[in-house]
Amino acid sequence: MKETPALYDYWPYQNRPKIRWPNGAKLAFWVAPNIEFYELNPPLNPHRKAWPQPSPALPGYTIRDYGNRVGHARQMNLLEKYGIRGSISLSTALCDHHPEIIELCKERNWEFFSHGIYNTRYTYGLSEDQEREMILDSIATIERHTGIKPAGYLAPALSHSEVTLDLFAEAGGSYTCDLFHDDQPTPVRTRSGAKFISVPYSLEMNDTIAYAVNKVEPRRYGQMIKDNFDRLYEEGDTSGTVMCIPTHNYQVSCPHRMKAFEEALEYITGHSDVWVTTGREIADYFIDHYYDAVTADIVAKQEI
Amino acid sequence: MPLDSEYLQYPHRRYGMDHDRYDWSMLSDRNPVSWPNNNRLALWVNVCLQFFPLDQKGKPFPVPGGMTMPYPDLRHFTLRDYGNRVGIYRFLQAFDKYKVKPTFALNTRLAENNPYLLHSIMERGDEINCHGLHMDALHYGGQDINEESELIKRSLGRLRDLTGRDIRGWLSPARNESANTPELLAANGIDYFSDWCNDDMPYQFRTDKGLLWAMPLSNELEDRFILMENLHSEEAYVEQICDACDFLLQESETQGGRILALNLHPWMLGQPHRIKKLEQVLEYVTSQEGVWSASAGDILSSFCGQQP
Repeated sequence: MKETPALYDYWPYQNRPKIRWPNGAKLAFWVAPNIEFYELNPPLNPHRKAWPQPSPALPGYTIRDYGNRVGHARQMNLLEKYGIRGSISLSTALCDHHPEIIELCKERNWEFFSHGIYNTRYTYGLSEDQEREMILDSIATIERHTGIKPAGYLAPALSHSEVTLDLFAEAGGSYTCDLFHDDQPTPVRTRSGAKFISVPYSLEMNDTIAYAVNKVEPRRYGQMIKDNFDRLYEEGDTSGTVMCIPTHNYQVSCPHRMKAFEEALEYITGHSDVWVTTGREIADYFIDHYYDAVTADIVAKQEI
Repeated sequence: MPLDSEYLQYPHRRYGMDHDRYDWSMLSDRNPVSWPNNNRLALWVNVCLQFFPLDQKGKPFPVPGGMTMPYPDLRHFTLRDYGNRVGIYRFLQAFDKYKVKPTFALNTRLAENNPYLLHSIMERGDEINCHGLHMDALHYGGQDINEESELIKRSLGRLRDLTGRDIRGWLSPARNESANTPELLAANGIDYFSDWCNDDMPYQFRTDKGLLWAMPLSNELEDRFILMENLHSEEAYVEQICDACDFLLQESETQGGRILALNLHPWMLGQPHRIKKLEQVLEYVTSQEGVWSASAGDILSSFCGQQP
């Protein structure tokens, strides 16, 4: 085991090269709906239990199924109302289980990125070959069902190994959502040396973290989103920032939470200098326009 | 040591669900329904009347809301008992004031122990469902099927004897089940159950002993979940129910009738500092146009009458 992940260098949040998003936007805003499939009775992983109760673990399983049966269409309609294309963190087995959802998202030109096969199959304990097989399976599944090879990765249930990002970069990916160290995209060091970056995907704004872990009240969650936006928008004047709301169709789409979420989306999209975009578009734009300058700046700051 | 290769095999990776209990279907694809008198939102107020034994065994886990202190845990026993002595009568007054028609989910042991309370409920003519034997008689994965079969037979049989009614609906204590619970319920004359909270509308659930209806009793909107699990404020409870009511009414304009299911516990909302919050919720919801307060059984009958 390592003392640090050694995936990136220290890069202070001051005197950075100035980033401007397309059309002079100060903030790149993206929404990442996690569309997941949790199994009723997954095989046991010795490192992490899928469910607290012996199968059938109804509370956990049923609310997640609710997300796909009921919540997805609600969230999709809401994002559409505010001109937001989702960047889907996809349990790729869902392509087989619920192709209707895939079709609806394809019709809307949403982005699909890999979130593993099932959210009840963890990376823990996989050999490097097994993990590669799982990642390649997920990439091929998305490409087969959507015609487009995914660019991004969020490890299933945020379960990682030491080589997770190496493997995804080697498979041709260009960005990861697994790191929470910054409010701007940053280069990530992988063993192949490919241009590979982290796109900010906020755990603090993640509805499951807010609702299920931190037990936040819905209207407070809405206020947290607005406050998060206000500060990143203001700082984006100095150099462009990224704001992400990671969602789950079983959290934010419940009837008692829709109002607070809608108010937050209305607020954010009501600002002029916001680039409403997708994870992939942020990654591509950053790599094309700022990757080299940022890399040089990071190198320079190591020498002080 | 890598994981067994089975860990990367996916035997249920196929169209639909990863089990055969029900069909996969998106709510937005289903035929719209309408409630009697062109109402758009059915209000299902479900009151859990529970008995938490002092000598809790906690098998396979201590039930949420149960005893947490060394025996005898008088603090939690009496706090829960408070609901059945005091809180419930505050509830009944509130229901009458706002003309709400509740549905009661009773632990059979409570009905046995408190004939006065059972009589009060019976006299009102409201629907009574079975909520299992008591809050320490759980149904769980790995439970011996004969033991569970006896438990269900006894819970239902005794409640049917005490009430003289046929008892159509079921809610498992802690909403916990074994893999056999649905079959055992169907075999014992249950028509609908509310343990699977994966929809906002009723749907058909397969068992080897025939079909059940799954009724959507939201866990997320339950008083105990919001106040005790999430530790939200009483004000936030009211906001969340009112926001849900607004949203479902709005959705019903384009997608047909919806159900607002409120699962309540008199030991929780029946406290003096909380009862007003329940009254505010009932006042708000019942004053909206298009709201139909009905029992779970009546909502299901209306729904079934509109299915092809």
